[in-house]
Parts: sequence; structure tokens; C-alpha cells
Amino acid sequence: MSALDFSPQPGAAPLSSQVRAQARMETRLLLRNGEQLLLAVVIPVLVLIGGVVGLTHVDLSLTHRPVDELTPGVLALAIMSSAFTSVAIATGFERRYGVLKRLGASPLPRSGLLAGKVVALLVVEVLQVVLVSLVGLVLGWSPSWSVAGCLGFVLALVLGTASFASLGLFLAGTLRAEATLAVANLVYLLLLAGGAVVLPSSSYGAFGSVARWLPSGALGDAMRAAFLDGAVAWSSLPCLVGWALVGGYLTARTFSWE
Amino acid sequence: MSVPAEPAVEVRGLVMRYGDVVAVDGLDLTIERGTITAVLGPNGAGKTTTLETCEGYRRPQAGVVRVLGLDPVASRRDLLPRIGVMLQQGGAWGGVHAMEMLRHVASLHAHPLDVELLGTRLGLGDCGRTPYRRLSGGQQQRLGLAMAVVGRPELLFVDEPTAGMDPAARRTTWDLLRELRAAGVTVVLTTHYIEEAERLADQVHIIDHGRLVLSGTPAFLTHGGARRLEDVFLEKTGTVL
Repeated sequence: MSALDFSPQPGAAPLSSQVRAQARMETRLLLRNGEQLLLAVVIPVLVLIGGVVGLTHVDLSLTHRPVDELTPGVLALAIMSSAFTSVAIATGFERRYGVLKRLGASPLPRSGLLAGKVVALLVVEVLQVVLVSLVGLVLGWSPSWSVAGCLGFVLALVLGTASFASLGLFLAGTLRAEATLAVANLVYLLLLAGGAVVLPSSSYGAFGSVARWLPSGALGDAMRAAFLDGAVAWSSLPCLVGWALVGGYLTARTFSWE
Repeated sequence: MSVPAEPAVEVRGLVMRYGDVVAVDGLDLTIERGTITAVLGPNGAGKTTTLETCEGYRRPQAGVVRVLGLDPVASRRDLLPRIGVMLQQGGAWGGVHAMEMLRHVASLHAHPLDVELLGTRLGLGDCGRTPYRRLSGGQQQRLGLAMAVVGRPELLFVDEPTAGMDPAARRTTWDLLRELRAAGVTVVLTTHYIEEAERLADQVHIIDHGRLVLSGTPAFLTHGGARRLEDVFLEKTGTVL
């Protein structure tokens, strides 16, 4: 005989513990997924190492040492990969597998689901920042430390995450899961190559004046301002706010949970 | 357990359309508490749409739906902890392990069932570290059922619970649903299997083209077993299940 007592005793767990559970679950799933880890950690680290080695042979007339120029850019790249590509792909498949629908019938409210996602995303990003920074330091990175720089970094991380995650959700809410997977990876590669994320928009010539308005360019320039000049990038951060508003508006208008 | 006079589910004149297609066409349905009720009908009869409207996923386009006395859309947050929902398919992350998923859903509830016991009961322990997307259809169904009951609901909606299950798992599911009823849970299930309705249900509602065609106990519908439910169904809907 089983000791299961099926007599009804319904009730929701406290919202805070629901959000904690959701965040833990999403973090575990993100870290378990090999392809996502490739995108989140392996590619940024390879770009950093390859870039530092390569730029000692190529003259892009950068104003700083390659490693000082590249490490903040790679931090921006890592954030872009998690906030945009990972969020888009994971959410696309959550819709496809009916996870959002199923959780929609659980006591977890949508706000709790979003909060869980945000916490999981920030946990992964902190891990990425630590790892990329360590690799940078090993390669000789010497960031300029200042209060303004730290503030600039935190603002860039938060606003960059908000803008890329809202665009990723828009993508996932509009396209089928497979199409989301393809487009999210393609956009990531295009922005990596031409989005002024790893290298400053000033090194892109005439296209740089366009690239600095892309979310990738704005995030990259904001990171570089934080670590190269120890400053808050008041010119780039409003651009990220703008993209977050655009992405948030589009997502709110189009997102369907099924 | 005392049974409140108010029915568990009350549907009056429900109309649901998808574009030009009428899925539910003026459906009336009353489901009493503490019973197992089977909603039987051919494909496209409007079973899932009706269930999802009761679960608050869809807003009635016309008519009134009351679940445990509440409006499932307006009072969704109050209602959700009290109902258990088993979707027709899916409902878990592709990379999640069965017991991990069950533990997660349990953690969203205040007084969940013992997860290990429930998992053992439904044979989920065997799934080990296999990701959800590689589980068999029957295993996915059993996880779906476990997730629906783990929060100790008053009212359980199960959409084709035994589709894709082998005969042993089907028996386990039937036993579990009977045990839930004995504990005072109201169970509403949709099914294609006449046998399932005949063996399990206190009440059977046959719907077709979004309308209620016939209601009654299995004994009443089969004239005390003189006719087979399948023949009654066929006669009323003109459709083979």
C-alpha cells in the first residue's frame, strides 16, 4: 500500500520560494545545455585569446593595448550571447514543448516566471563575467578602476541585458522554435562580426557611425568606456534604454505563451 | 468529506470559434463534486477547447463557465492552486529529468504530495537521467499526470490521460484516478477510449460538433449493460471513435 494521501490540500507556495525554485531550475537547465555553453563561454574566451594573439600582428590603430581593448568587448559579447541568443532559443523551445503553457496552469504567476528567468540569466552572466575577466587578467588585462567605471559596468550589464533579452523574447514569441534557433544564432554571428561589440565602433570606419547605434555597439562601447576610461558611457547607455523599450513594446504586443 | 451543493464545473451556453470553425457550439455541462466524469467525443468534437476554457486558458466567446464557483479567467490566480491540469502533450523542458521536473512543480505548491512516493507509484524512478525529449510517450504521459496531482488539487482536469500508455500503465492510471475520487477529488477526463469511460466514470457526457449529445451513468447509457457504450456512441454521433 502506498502512503500517498490524495485528500485535497491545495495552495500556492510563497511567491519568493516559487521564484527561487524557478530561478534554480532555469539556471541548471542553462548550464546543462552544451550548445548554450559553447555560445556563452567557449566562443567568447576563444575570441579573447585569438584576438589578443592576432592583434599583436595586425595594426588596427587602436588607442590601447589589444587586451585592454578586447576584454571589455568580449564581456559585452558574453552578455549578448546569454541575454539574446540563449534567452531566445530557450524560450522558443519552452513554447514548443508546452512548458510555458504548463507553468501557466501552476501557481507560478507570469511575473514570477519572468523574475525566475531574470535571476537565472544574471547568475549565468556573473559566471561569464568572472571567467572572461580571469582569462583577460591572465593575458595581461589591466582595467582602470574607478567608482564611475564600476557604475558604468553595472549599468551597461543591466541595460544591455534588458535590451537583448527583450529582443530575444520578441524573436521567440514570434517565430517557431527552429526558426528562432536559426535566426538567433545568425544574428549573434552577424553582430559578432559587424556589430562593434568586440572592437570599438570607431575601428569600423564609416560604418562605425551606424554600428554604435546597434545594441551590440552601444553595449560594447559602454563596456569599453567603463574599463578603459573608468567612465559611465552617457552617450551609449540611452541607446540601450531605447532598444529595451523597443524590444519590450514589441514583445508585449506579440508574445504568445503557447 | 462533505460535498458542497455547488457543482465542481458548470458550463452554460459555451461558444468557442477559431476563425470560421465552430469548436464549441452552445455547450451545457454540469459536473458534480467527488465524481469521475468522462467527456467522450470524436476528434474535433470540442473536448480540449472546453477543458482549456475551464482551466482559464481561453475566455468564453459566449456563455458562462464556473469552476469551483469561480470565473476561470477573472479569478485565475485564486483558482489555479486548487485545480490540477494534465495537458494532452508536452509540458516539460526538453532537457529536464522526469523526477527533477516533478520536484520543481511540487515546489510551487504549499502542501505537495511526497514526490518520491508519487514518482515510484507512477514508475518515474526508472526514467533516471534521461532527458524529457527522449522519454517514451507513455513515460511523458505519466509525468504529466504526476505533475497534475502533485499539488493536491480539489479538481483534476486530465486530457486523454492514457493515450500512448501500455496496458499496465493504463491500469495504474485508472487505479490512481479511482483513489483520487475516494479521497474526495473531482476528476474530469476526456478520452477516446470507450472502455476507459465505461470502467472509470460515474458520469459520461458524449459531445459532438461542440454540443452535448447525451449524458448519463455508464449503466444508464448502456441500458444496464444490455448495449455496448460504443454502439450508443456510434448511434448518437455517427462517428467511429
